[in-house]
Amino acid sequence: MTTPLHTVSAVQQDRIAFRRRSAVRSVLLAAFSTAVVGTLLGVLVTGAPGWDRVRQSFFDPRIAVDWLPEILQGLWLNVRMLVFCALAALALGLLIAVLRTLRGPVFFPVRALATLYTYSFRGLPLIIVIYLMAFGIPGLRLQGTPSVTVLGGAAIVITYGAYLAEVFRAGIESVHPSQVAAARSLGLSYRQSMRFVVLPQAVRRVAPPLLNDTVALQKDVGLISLAGPIDAIRAAQIGVAQTANFTPYVVAGVLFVLLALPLIGITDWVTLRAARRQAGGE
Amino acid sequence: MVLSCTDVRKTFGSAVVLDGLSLDVGEHEVVALIGASGSGKSTLLRCVNLLAEIDDGVIRLDGEDITDPRVDPDSVRQKIGLVFQSYNLFPHMTVLDNITLAPVRVHKRAATAAREQAMEWLDRVGLADKAGSYPDKLSGGQQQRVAIVRALVNSPRLLLLDEVTSALDPELVGEVLTMIRDLKGEGMTMVLATHEMGFARQVADRVAFLDQGRVLEQGPPAQVLGDPVEPRTRQFLARIIEAGRL
Repeated sequence: MTTPLHTVSAVQQDRIAFRRRSAVRSVLLAAFSTAVVGTLLGVLVTGAPGWDRVRQSFFDPRIAVDWLPEILQGLWLNVRMLVFCALAALALGLLIAVLRTLRGPVFFPVRALATLYTYSFRGLPLIIVIYLMAFGIPGLRLQGTPSVTVLGGAAIVITYGAYLAEVFRAGIESVHPSQVAAARSLGLSYRQSMRFVVLPQAVRRVAPPLLNDTVALQKDVGLISLAGPIDAIRAAQIGVAQTANFTPYVVAGVLFVLLALPLIGITDWVTLRAARRQAGGE
Repeated sequence: MVLSCTDVRKTFGSAVVLDGLSLDVGEHEVVALIGASGSGKSTLLRCVNLLAEIDDGVIRLDGEDITDPRVDPDSVRQKIGLVFQSYNLFPHMTVLDNITLAPVRVHKRAATAAREQAMEWLDRVGLADKAGSYPDKLSGGQQQRVAIVRALVNSPRLLLLDEVTSALDPELVGEVLTMIRDLKGEGMTMVLATHEMGFARQVADRVAFLDQGRVLEQGPPAQVLGDPVEPRTRQFLARIIEAGRL
């Protein structure tokens, strides 16, 4: 602690001056190298022999403006599916993770099924699950078969539920056994210990990877276009087919990135807030 | 008898940790368990709290066989408080929430009443200003006192203290020991595993020396610590004196 009366020694002044000089130097160096890399990339891309063709067929502003409304309309379906699928997959993942932690012979079949589920659906490509669900189930011609959109969404929930279950399980297992011992010693039941002591700590710890998987889920929601519903990607595909120009795909891609930004922001905010609350007290 | 252990046996694989241990604790009695690391002190406390399952023998609480598999362990633990060497406070809860968790969720008390009671306790141990803090903002001694309060608000029949000062800096040990001494004054029945021989001598009504999973010798602190009968007890105490802890 330096008091207001403290005079900084010559040695310390020298250190401060040195650190300031190196800070200025590293900022200048970063600016210079960024400029060099940027210029090189620009020259490389725009100077390429096919650049004019590429610009016309991928970055046509007129086509972009023309097709933006259609793609946005499709994106609304992606947004709705994203919200539903993310919430459902998180719930399913949490349920499976908790089931896998149950001990005792009574729960053996439950545990075995949950394990089988996480093993198989993490290995199964999402596209195949979507095809099986969206085309296979209607093929049964059962009464009250839900729409292809719902079936495609279910495929995403089932696949991502398996990933999220493993993330939740890692979180649950990272909570030290002494925490459970403390909870049980107070008379809390297994369920209460899980709910009030283990899961809150587990979820906080794995919040970043959970939300990371949710961002991945958001992209893969676009795969339901394979089953037929007109989402942003399907709308862009129609645009590409009608204009013989790839610009609609670029528009859809940019929209997906923009859609991901808030979720990524929330991930950082949630993580930071939890860390600060535990580290900073009140 | 509040607590009565008879011929308790506990093994971990091929290691026999408790080997036919018997120990009785009467109402308002304070029993100090001493003995080398691995002599079974902590294991005994965990078995009494049913955190570990015994392999043979009987443990009775107020005459009821709590090691009967038909007994609900949760209801037994509600009557026994356990304080750990490493505090084990819940890091994601404030001090106040740590203390009120069991009263509200297990004993179904009203949240406001539980809070009032918790604040009274915190006030008593001089930690009222820490009620809203998270555990990692507290010193070890403060955390351990919170952990003891957390066990006490459930009004246990029996309080088990597992080397509660072993993880503390020497200058913080005193505040925890003072609290335990006060509890004895109020008639709390306690079993404490400890390496603090001086404290065992002051606060315990009886000292039990554990060796190889049995109570080798027990009696008034002055006798066991001052003039032990068994050679192994003498050996143990000689090593403690050598280490400067008596």
